[in-house]
Amino acid sequence: MCLPFAKSFKNLTVLLFPSGFVSYFCSAKRSTEAGKSDAGYITTANRKPKAESRRPAPITLNEIKTLIWKEVTLEWRQKYALSGMLLYVVSTVFVCYLSFNLRRNQLTPIVWNTLFWIILLFTAVNAIAKSFSQERHGRLLYYYNLCSPQAIIISKIIYNSLVMAVLSALGFVFYAFVMGNPVQDNGLFTICILLASTGFASVLTLIAGIASKADNSATLMAVLSFPIILPMLLMTIRLAKNALDGLDWSVSTDEITTLLSIDLIVITLSYLLFPYLWRS
Amino acid sequence: MRKIWWKILCVVIIFYVIIMGFIGPVPRLAIINESIRNTYFHVALWLAMTTLLLLSMVFSIRYLVKGNIKDDDIASEVAKAAIFFGILGCLTGSVWANYTWGDPWPNDPKLNGAAVGILIYLAYLLLRSSFEDEQRRARISSVYNIFAFAVFIPIIYILPRLTDSLHPGSGGNSTFGSYDFDNNIRRVFYPAVIGYILLGLWIAELRIRIKQINRVREEALIESGKL
Repeated sequence: MCLPFAKSFKNLTVLLFPSGFVSYFCSAKRSTEAGKSDAGYITTANRKPKAESRRPAPITLNEIKTLIWKEVTLEWRQKYALSGMLLYVVSTVFVCYLSFNLRRNQLTPIVWNTLFWIILLFTAVNAIAKSFSQERHGRLLYYYNLCSPQAIIISKIIYNSLVMAVLSALGFVFYAFVMGNPVQDNGLFTICILLASTGFASVLTLIAGIASKADNSATLMAVLSFPIILPMLLMTIRLAKNALDGLDWSVSTDEITTLLSIDLIVITLSYLLFPYLWRS
Repeated sequence: MRKIWWKILCVVIIFYVIIMGFIGPVPRLAIINESIRNTYFHVALWLAMTTLLLLSMVFSIRYLVKGNIKDDDIASEVAKAAIFFGILGCLTGSVWANYTWGDPWPNDPKLNGAAVGILIYLAYLLLRSSFEDEQRRARISSVYNIFAFAVFIPIIYILPRLTDSLHPGSGGNSTFGSYDFDNNIRRVFYPAVIGYILLGLWIAELRIRIKQINRVREEALIESGKL
């Protein structure tokens, strides 16, 4: 099962720094610079987005799998990133716990809920912000040459959703351990966490792609993503409140469908728009 | 003359709206009373803003498809005019809310949605200002603009309808059109929307022209430097 993965991944990594790569990178850079200085603004015609013209091949599941596997391996190699995020969640939760300094039963469910989701929001922004900026420019260029942009964005969204699901699950366990667990319907709350992590991941991945192109990407990431993620956050908080109160599932179908449709819109838009983003 | 007829139309409509808006006949309703005249300003401004934002998104898509920098100029300046209208819409709404609901900023999902919508577009302006290269800025901010509009519509028009809101059309309140929107209001309201859209386009057009003149001058400067 693992063998085809490993094989195709090997192809990717062995070729990571081939001798021809450096020369390709230099020539590509030179040609864009030449285009810029030669004709200035007038070259719009030949600098227009050419994502489709470059690679008409349809994306394959295999490509996405390989890319996800690549992300996982990269993450595993530099463990500090993932463990850093885990530590971030744990210490934020602990800071909240100490700052409130309450007896557990004085914390109302509403405060408990809101605090939890805000912690997760900040975790998500921090975890996903690095998904484009952690890789070097040259390597990004290399991936872009190798696979289709749609495969890249889909694999990043899936991978980030997985990371967010793991982070929020662990965060929830620790949060419940320290602050008490008023959740009455754990099944619904799990669904809520899963929906929220896919939603956060899909919104933030595209925003991270946008922000990584600019210089002050950390500020930009927060400014761009917070207003956009707000409807999703509000829906999630409402759904989580239903889970907290142990209401019947039929009450929450509205929220679940809204969350799913927002996710769908965002993923479709990311899929359509990323090809235009990646070449710049 | 061919080019300025719509500006004349715009001025005429705006004056018509202001005059008729303040002295025209309106239905007598409890609580709202004379403040129903704000429909011509507040509601019409929001509709004009949404139309302008839609236009801005269309030009962003056009830029991504065709790669012509002029489309991006139009998209950004129309979005700026829309933000201006959005802020005016917030202010007029605030005045209205103060006299009918007793609070300039009641905790209403639509109001908060509007504030978030304006934040999204202010972030768009911030994003634009953080790039030096023109093509790069145009490409990335176009992507964000399309994304932003797709999120803006649910925030303003769909989510408030799911919850209780003081605004008409939400949480079981009926919409304006259903009973109290009589023909006197219609006669002023629809021209008002068109007038504001034209005004926004006019503002945007002036700014686009300034931008393009600056670009031509810059190019001339670069060329003279080369020579």
